[in-house]
Amino acid sequence: MPITIALTGNPNCGKTTLFNRYTGSNQYVGNWAGVTVEKKEGSIKYDGRSVTLVDLPGIYSLSPYSMEEVITREYIINEKPDAIIDVIDGTNIERNLYLAVQLMELGVPLVLAVNMMDEVRARGDDIDCGALADLLGVPVIPVSARLGEKIGELLDTAIAQATRPKARGVSITGNITYDSTTQAAIDRILEILLEQEENAGLPLRFFAGKLLEADSRAEEPLQLTEDQRNRIEEVVSGYEKSSPYGDRETMLADARYRYVTAVCGKAVQKSGDEGSMSTSDKIDLVLTNRVLAIPIFLFIMFLMFAATFGAVGEGLKGLVETLFDDLISGGVSRLLDYANAPGWTYGLLLNAVIGGVGNVLSFLPQVSILFLFLSILEDSGYMARAAFIMDRLLRKIGLTGKSFIPMLMGFGCTTPAVMAARTMENQRDRRLTIMITPFMSCGAKLPIYALFASVFFSSHKSLVVFSMYLIGMVTAVISGLILKNTLFRGQVAPFVMELPPYRLPTISSLLRHVWEKAKGFIVKAGTVIFSMSVLIWLLQNFDFHLQIVTDNSQSIFAALGRLIAPVFKPLGFGNWQAAVSVLAGLVAKETVVSTMSVLYGATGPGALEAALTGVFTPLSAYSFMVFCLLYVPCISAFVSIKREMNSLRWAVGTALYTTGVAYVAALLVYQAGRLILMT
Amino acid sequence: MAKTLNDLKPGDSGVIISLQGHGATKRRLVDMGLTPGVRIFVRKVAPLGDPIEINLRGYEMSLRREDAKKVLLDT
Repeated sequence: MPITIALTGNPNCGKTTLFNRYTGSNQYVGNWAGVTVEKKEGSIKYDGRSVTLVDLPGIYSLSPYSMEEVITREYIINEKPDAIIDVIDGTNIERNLYLAVQLMELGVPLVLAVNMMDEVRARGDDIDCGALADLLGVPVIPVSARLGEKIGELLDTAIAQATRPKARGVSITGNITYDSTTQAAIDRILEILLEQEENAGLPLRFFAGKLLEADSRAEEPLQLTEDQRNRIEEVVSGYEKSSPYGDRETMLADARYRYVTAVCGKAVQKSGDEGSMSTSDKIDLVLTNRVLAIPIFLFIMFLMFAATFGAVGEGLKGLVETLFDDLISGGVSRLLDYANAPGWTYGLLLNAVIGGVGNVLSFLPQVSILFLFLSILEDSGYMARAAFIMDRLLRKIGLTGKSFIPMLMGFGCTTPAVMAARTMENQRDRRLTIMITPFMSCGAKLPIYALFASVFFSSHKSLVVFSMYLIGMVTAVISGLILKNTLFRGQVAPFVMELPPYRLPTISSLLRHVWEKAKGFIVKAGTVIFSMSVLIWLLQNFDFHLQIVTDNSQSIFAALGRLIAPVFKPLGFGNWQAAVSVLAGLVAKETVVSTMSVLYGATGPGALEAALTGVFTPLSAYSFMVFCLLYVPCISAFVSIKREMNSLRWAVGTALYTTGVAYVAALLVYQAGRLILMT
Repeated sequence: MAKTLNDLKPGDSGVIISLQGHGATKRRLVDMGLTPGVRIFVRKVAPLGDPIEINLRGYEMSLRREDAKKVLLDT
């Protein structure tokens, strides 16, 4: 019979390394339903048996406050995996066992894997796993996921646990002993719960504990009468009065930790004194130093930005573009010549199909480089420090320290920048960051500024271009403040963050990360961007009678442009060519300029500039630039936003929001400008 | 003497007496091991003055000053 084993553990405990060890490349990565928490599954054949491993989110506790914790406990209670491997960081055993105790309360077949035993030994510490198993009453296997030590034995034990006849009823896994007051209160609530037959089959021991600690979500699956509720309330208030802390949540957490501390006192030997400096502390003397921290952080950011969007990234991007534009397009075009194919097939195949796919793939080098950097920062432990360093600055606009990286990357390209928001654990932070990242002026908008600034503001060219970047940043800050106090009000996540010890990232884990991102990008973004490119090509080249147009101004696209052009009149650019260019910018911002040059019939250098001076004034040109800076990002960015938000509604909302902001900003610029210039 | 964690300077340490407040933030602090009787060592302050880095139960953690004010310590 196939069995399912779930992996749980604290963040940074090596759970994913273990998961990768077992499943290799047999992984399915997706999202948990309705949320943006990553879900990983892998199926393997082991000992002639099919075993499905599920990598649950890294968590510290089973509280009802964080999405990851709720997902984990609902998965365990509702999906009932056959066994759970709880991965424990041996170098940080007390806090890791705190979660293990809560899993034991759930009463599921459990194995503890004390991981990073190689590091524990290197420190000169000793963990007696035999003693730990005796004290806790669950199997404990010392492993090193990084070195692959004893991971076979661990899986054997988990399978043995999974296939063991299940004990029914109220028993918990292992033998937790709390202090007598806590124990008595739990037993009393348990008795009340047992009165109700419908409750049998639920892990009642767990629920009794949860009711004692005032867990709002715990009551949902339970059937309770009014009288039973009152009696439970009585037990709880009696419990709260018994301690000077007077607060059940703290009391129960304290009871768990005291049990854990007592167990560790008997099974764990630490060498040396706690106050001595570890290697990590020494690295932190420099990296989070009061004076050096920010310059070092900015330097790392610069390096990452320069590699992704500078010579290396752009070079590789150019290579992909050359491959598509010259080699593949050239080859296909010769093939069509040879086959005497009709004229429209050239446009469809060369511009829409190959152009569209090439457009997607040209992002691939930059996405890969960025994620190589992000994986290094994440795996090494620096990401937590970056958040530590930048938190104060970004908190004011409702963000956290980790929002800095996506926002900075936004100056290069919104698509990978939005993907970089993955590094934020909290859904609220991630959504808010994604919503304001498009305001960071991306590289593709620069040609628009360059063109208009040189035509209309030739003496203050760089100042005008710089003002665009500034307006983008100011808009992001104002948006952050507004969204924080409206859409995201009251959803403040506690900024309580572990600073894990620095570790050298392994090559295989880095490559796996980059590959996962690249693959996800090609498959999901690729299909959508490709079909959108074909659709827009059709709109641009056909009229309403589905005839191919020779003149672009006759296309459906141009008709749409004429239809929406009046909307832009208050902004100063109500001509249909500008409207169509704005629409074309949805494909990619670079196409705004190329579309204009086609629509204004500009042939040869200088012709477009001359045409523009006839249509735009300096003021309406500036308004147009502001609109292009802020309005909805291109399709590939939109697709990434949809993917990372895991919600079409949020993605459409973001698109509408950015476009609304762009409209208002351009309106303000144009109308205020007119008032000032008239006086 | 009783102080809050926010009053401590880098290099200082104290033993937790109690935690104030309620809800998600308090629960998170308790879950991270900030329970009564535990010794906390203040490692450093972030370059911009907030948050702070502390050491407890053998690991490093960072929290904001406004949350540190809720932790009462015996120094």
